[in-house]
Amino acid sequence: MFGGASNLAADVDKAFIFIFGVSFILIIGITAFMIWTVVKFNRKKGIPAQQFTHNNTAEIIWTVIPTIIVLVMFWYGWKGFKTMRTVPDDAMEVTVISYMWSWDFDYGDGKISKELVLPINKPVKLNLVSQDVNHSFFIPAFRVKEDVVPGYDNWLWFEATEKGTFDIFCAEYCGLLHSGMLATARVVEDAEYTQWLASVESVKDKPSPEGEAIAKANSCLGCHSLDGSKLVGPSFKGLYGSKKIVIEDGKEVEIEVDDTYLKTSITDPNAQVVKGFNKGLMQSYSGVISDEDIDKIVDYLRTVN
Amino acid sequence: MTQSEKYTHVSYREHQGKYKGIMAWLTTTDHKRIGLMYLFGIAVFFCVAAVLGLLMRIEKIAPGETIMDAATYNGIFTLHGVIMIFIVVIPGIAAVFGNFCLPIMIGAKDVMFPKLNLLSWYIYVIGAILGVLSQFMGDGPPDTGWTFYVPYSAEANSNVVIALTAAFVLGFSSILTGLNFIVTIHRMRAPGMTFFKMPLFPWSLYATAWIQVLATPIVGITLLMVIAERTLHIGFFDPALGGDPLLYQHLFWIYSHPAVYVMILPAMGVVSEIFPTFSQKPVFGYTAIAISSLAIAVVGYFVWGHHMYTSGISYYSRWFFSFLTFIVAVPSAIKVFNWISTMYGGSIELRTPLLYAISFIFLFLIGGFTGLTLGALATNVHVHDTTFVVAHFHYIIFGGMGFAFFAAMHYWFPKMYGRMYNEKVANLAWGFLFVGFNVLYFPLFIIGLQGMPRRYFDYLPKFQTGHVISTIGAFILITGLIIMIANLIRGVRKGAYASANPWKGVTLEWQIESPPTLLNFDKVPEIKHPPYLFKKETEA
Ligand SMILES: [Cu+2]
Ligand SMILES: [Cu+2]
Repeated sequence: MFGGASNLAADVDKAFIFIFGVSFILIIGITAFMIWTVVKFNRKKGIPAQQFTHNNTAEIIWTVIPTIIVLVMFWYGWKGFKTMRTVPDDAMEVTVISYMWSWDFDYGDGKISKELVLPINKPVKLNLVSQDVNHSFFIPAFRVKEDVVPGYDNWLWFEATEKGTFDIFCAEYCGLLHSGMLATARVVEDAEYTQWLASVESVKDKPSPEGEAIAKANSCLGCHSLDGSKLVGPSFKGLYGSKKIVIEDGKEVEIEVDDTYLKTSITDPNAQVVKGFNKGLMQSYSGVISDEDIDKIVDYLRTVN
Repeated sequence: MTQSEKYTHVSYREHQGKYKGIMAWLTTTDHKRIGLMYLFGIAVFFCVAAVLGLLMRIEKIAPGETIMDAATYNGIFTLHGVIMIFIVVIPGIAAVFGNFCLPIMIGAKDVMFPKLNLLSWYIYVIGAILGVLSQFMGDGPPDTGWTFYVPYSAEANSNVVIALTAAFVLGFSSILTGLNFIVTIHRMRAPGMTFFKMPLFPWSLYATAWIQVLATPIVGITLLMVIAERTLHIGFFDPALGGDPLLYQHLFWIYSHPAVYVMILPAMGVVSEIFPTFSQKPVFGYTAIAISSLAIAVVGYFVWGHHMYTSGISYYSRWFFSFLTFIVAVPSAIKVFNWISTMYGGSIELRTPLLYAISFIFLFLIGGFTGLTLGALATNVHVHDTTFVVAHFHYIIFGGMGFAFFAAMHYWFPKMYGRMYNEKVANLAWGFLFVGFNVLYFPLFIIGLQGMPRRYFDYLPKFQTGHVISTIGAFILITGLIIMIANLIRGVRKGAYASANPWKGVTLEWQIESPPTLLNFDKVPEIKHPPYLFKKETEA
């Protein structure tokens, strides 16, 4: 319908066309008949109303025919769907890691990418993992969508049949920046894919500091970026040692970001909120992250520049 | 049609009881006054939620932040949903017109438990106030959407508990009203009125009431479980506490799908009254319409999974739920054919209530057929959780239930107030509403098909055209609402006096004074005929 770019699109679009086609004809037909009735039997014509009350033949006809129509619709929907749930054995697998409000694509061997790069005409199975709440992985061009539910091994598969870049959306509401939880899928030739995969740096090779792992495990990076971009909270980049205006009890105060400030911000985030950001969006992590781990996070933040 | 003289009897509105003024209303057990009290509550909250909807549309006229930030937007779409669903649409027609008309239409002087009826109204008001308070108390407005999906709703910092409590309390009001109506219909029908001599609006209320009584407790318990999870950290649904997030979705939709029929069945009942009256012809296929209400109520219990096709439920559950979803579409189709056949061969007078009833059919058709796209598995995967769904359920709930509510308002208005509204202005308002409605919601089908997800504060520039058109529609729609409400208010105060039976209806409510007396009937009528007999001379 709107540029299908996967092996699943044809059957899905066939179901769309059948259901929309039948619906269009029936909606127009029934409405036209209704308007004609109102005109034809208008009281102004002075013809007294007939007083018939039922007609069993008519009732049977308009019970049986709609039943047949909806069963055919059901069949079309099921047929297209069956393919979606029958994944070929040779499908390559990528793990989709979702968290508020971003996607990571794990190709195994520690190769994690922010972009989903796929070889053309090769079946791909995406295993969907959530680190926090429900999300839903949606690529309109491929006609695929499946919720990402924590604790569930949800998956979907498809075979991209067209080269290009396609939008990925989160379709299940997941909080503040739900509408910003976007990514792209890039479909390329096989050779280009192999080359690209080789170029992805493995996180295994450069062990991440302990503090980073703790920050990730607590989803800190969903709201605090590492590259200076403004998310829900201030970016971690260059944060340590910088001077900030914060709001304390409704008054503006200038502070320098040091160990104490960072620790208080983790245990009592609403005490001093950096100007330009909203209060109440972060919960206290006291009791959630141990004091030791908080120290490790602060050590780590000192290194993010 | 209208009479210039004021009526001479003492109506329920002037009747002098123990108290005067506002206290006479707040302590009343008269079903008609309680119906009007629901009307005021629902009208006020409807206007609030409609303004919230307009604000959302203005925000979306351009990508990025336009008039509010993301947190505000998420709070507003949640509040819009909670108010519209739990405070306006679910009580809706049943609470207002059911209370006002049901006893009269079955020849009774009141409902079975008048005091319980008043209590239901107070519970409703408490729930509604809690819902509004949740916006202003605690750490910020709840931002979970009206569906309160776990784990987000179990973890979000915002003020979810009060919003859940509000929905829980409102549920009780709904259960008690349902219970009251069931007992009233079983015990208080006038002598001679068998079930199959009962008009179709009471029939639809009967089917609705059973859903209210049987399904609402499930959502009540579910909401309590979420509250327990948030406050006591008992793991029902949150996987972090060892719970199952899909269990929540099952429990929520086991109630909330049947709740759609709580919204739409009374609407079907309303138009089933309007078509015969304005055609001066018995309703076509009375039994088919009555039975299909019950069929919808029963099968409607078993289709909740169609909200969860993409959630990870098993392949065969998806198959099964899709199949039943298609089956439940059939009784609705039967009703549509019966309504149109009711007009066929009649003597049709196109007055305001009929205009609304006809547009109800048109909008309900679009909502119903797009529902089939959502019921089919392959197509659902693509459009699930997009604005296509938003458009679909607004066509069903607003185009269906909303327009039927307006139809009922214009139909029973002369009975309620003994006065008429200005019909030319009423038709003009209808024009604005009908055009505005379609301009507002139809583009959402298109951008939904293109992949625009719902509950998005921001969107990609390629979706902008659809959003702009939709926002224009919102302004047209609001204009229509303002005209309609102003016209009705003017009608209450200054409208020409109406006769007892301005539309020449044959059901019992048209055989008594407008407005009715406190006890409705001087003498309880005896029922000898089927409900829609327009030509009495034929059987003489
Ligand atoms: Cu998400
Ligand atoms: Cu449903």
